[in-house]
Formats: sequence, structure tokens, C-alpha cells
Amino acid sequence: MGNMSKVITVNINGEPRQLSANTTVAALIDEMGLTGKRIALERNGEIVPRSTFVTQRLSAGDKLEIVVAVGGG
Amino acid sequence: MNDQLVIAGKSYSSRLLVGTGKYKDFTETRAALDASGAEIVTVAIRRTNLGQNANEPNLLDSVPMSKFTYLPNTAGCYTADDAVRTLRLARELLDGHSLVKLEVLGDPQSLYPNVIETIAAAKTLVAEGFQVMVYTSDDPIVAKQLEDIGCVAIMPLASLIGSGMGILNPWNLQLVMERVKVPVIVDAGVGTASDAAIAMELGCDGVLMNTAIAGAKDPVLMASAMKKGVEAGREAFLAGRMPKKLYSASPSSPTAGIISSTRS
Repeated sequence: MGNMSKVITVNINGEPRQLSANTTVAALIDEMGLTGKRIALERNGEIVPRSTFVTQRLSAGDKLEIVVAVGGG
Repeated sequence: MNDQLVIAGKSYSSRLLVGTGKYKDFTETRAALDASGAEIVTVAIRRTNLGQNANEPNLLDSVPMSKFTYLPNTAGCYTADDAVRTLRLARELLDGHSLVKLEVLGDPQSLYPNVIETIAAAKTLVAEGFQVMVYTSDDPIVAKQLEDIGCVAIMPLASLIGSGMGILNPWNLQLVMERVKVPVIVDAGVGTASDAAIAMELGCDGVLMNTAIAGAKDPVLMASAMKKGVEAGREAFLAGRMPKKLYSASPSSPTAGIISSTRS
């Protein structure tokens, strides 16, 4: 279990958030209640394709942007 | 009349493009969109609200992508880099959708476009396969450069975003239209239906607006007025207006057969 109990800090939409190490993007999305929602995710300036959510694991210091479509002109 | 607006090879019946911001709620948004007849609607890309209630109403439910062509924008971006990142996110969000509205702003007071950053972003986006409809100033030289880069529509302002000041420089819009072959769509500045009609009478290919509808006392009724204004202006442009002249030497009624005067 050693590695699993370690906690890392990532930044999501400008706010710090603690996660257990090795959390996948899919697990994070689930934890945030966003599973099934139409979202897009950028990690350290790079798009994370939805198809890779289950395989990408987050690292300490990652900067994530999670966006949705809203009304705008 | 088969008079279609063609953008990046796709035909649209409506020449009115409408934003989805500033409405009271999504029900009003949808009612206004329906009244406007718009097929292309702009949307913004924003951070998801982390504390959001999962059952909160969602724009996509009221304005389904199956019924409307989404045009994600880069509103609020002040650098080419932020605009490019925003639209990459939009493409991922909207399942590979590549038709986008690029706008890179110069300052928060005027929301006037920063054309240097706009040109830089346009180059990157076109190279990445985006179909870029670009908000810009009414500078004809910049408009031509943006077309040469590969933008699919040039969208000059008629006056400042959200100002409702109308078509302040019709001469520049004409200079833009003379130089550019892709559709020219007035984006920003329209305040009421006659402004939309004037833009279309000048020969613009379309009009994009948000605040003029959402900011009206009755947005749904104004959406209907804008639909008619755009259609009336387009038909007047196609019909070709009569020349203006100071005096008319040509009365509308026959000059022969007038009854004789009793005063001889």
C-alpha cells in the first residue's frame, strides 16, 4: 500500500486540492461529481483527451483546468 | 429565395448569429434564440464551478448541439496563448468541433480587439485545423491579413462590444468588404433592428449580436425584431436601392390626364 497512502497537492481551477498519489484523472473527475458531465480538461497547458482519463495519473504540483460551456456572446 | 450564408463550406439560412450570454435564465435564452431564427450561437468556455450542484441547469440542455451550431468564443482572453488554449479546450469539450470565434481583447474598458495578438492566435489556430471566425477592428488591411492567414469569416466591430452605438463607420466596413472574399459579419455594436438592417444594406454577409437582444426590456420580442431587421436589410441590399437625389424630376404618378384647373 505504501505509495497509495501518500498525499499530493494539485491545483484545480486555481485552487489547491489534496489527492492520494497515483489518482487517475477519471478518479478525480468521479470524486468531483463530474462523471458523465460534458467537460474538458487541461493538464499543465496540454489537453487531456477524454479517452485517456482512465490511464493518466496525476502528479504533485499538476495544474489542471476543468471547463464547461456557458452562455456567452 | 435561395440566399444562403456559406461559412467554411457549410450553408446557413439565417444571417443572424446570436450570443447566449446575459439572459435571465436558460428558458429565456432558448426562447430568444428561437425567435431570432439563428442557427449559429456563440458560447463561452469557463472553469467549472467546483462547488456546483450536480443538478444545476446546463446550457447544453436548453440549447442542444443537435439543433444549433455552437460557436465557442475566447471572450475574456487578452493574449494569443490564452485564446489558443481556450479553443483547444473547446474543441475537446465539443467532440472535435472546429468552427470557433477568435477574439483577443486589448483592454477591459473598451474590449477593443488587440489585432497583433489576434493575428498571432489566428496563425496557430488555422495551422491546427480550426475554422476561425475572427473578431477584429474595422481596419481593412488587418481584415485582409486575417483572410490570407486562412480565417473563414472576418467579423469587424461596428462599435464597441455591448455599447449598442450602431454602425459608426460604414465606410470602413465597405473597405473591408471590398478587400475580403470570405463572409464579413458585423460583430458588436448593433443596438436595435435598424442597426442590423443598415449593416445588411451595406452588403455585410451577417450580423452577430448578444447584448442588443439580451439587454432589451423584452429580449424575445427584440430577437424577433432583429430577425426581421437582418432579413429586411439583406433583401434591400439584393434588390439594390434607388439612387439618392436632392429633387425628383420623375413623379410616381402619370403627368398626363390631370383634370383641368378651374382657375384660368
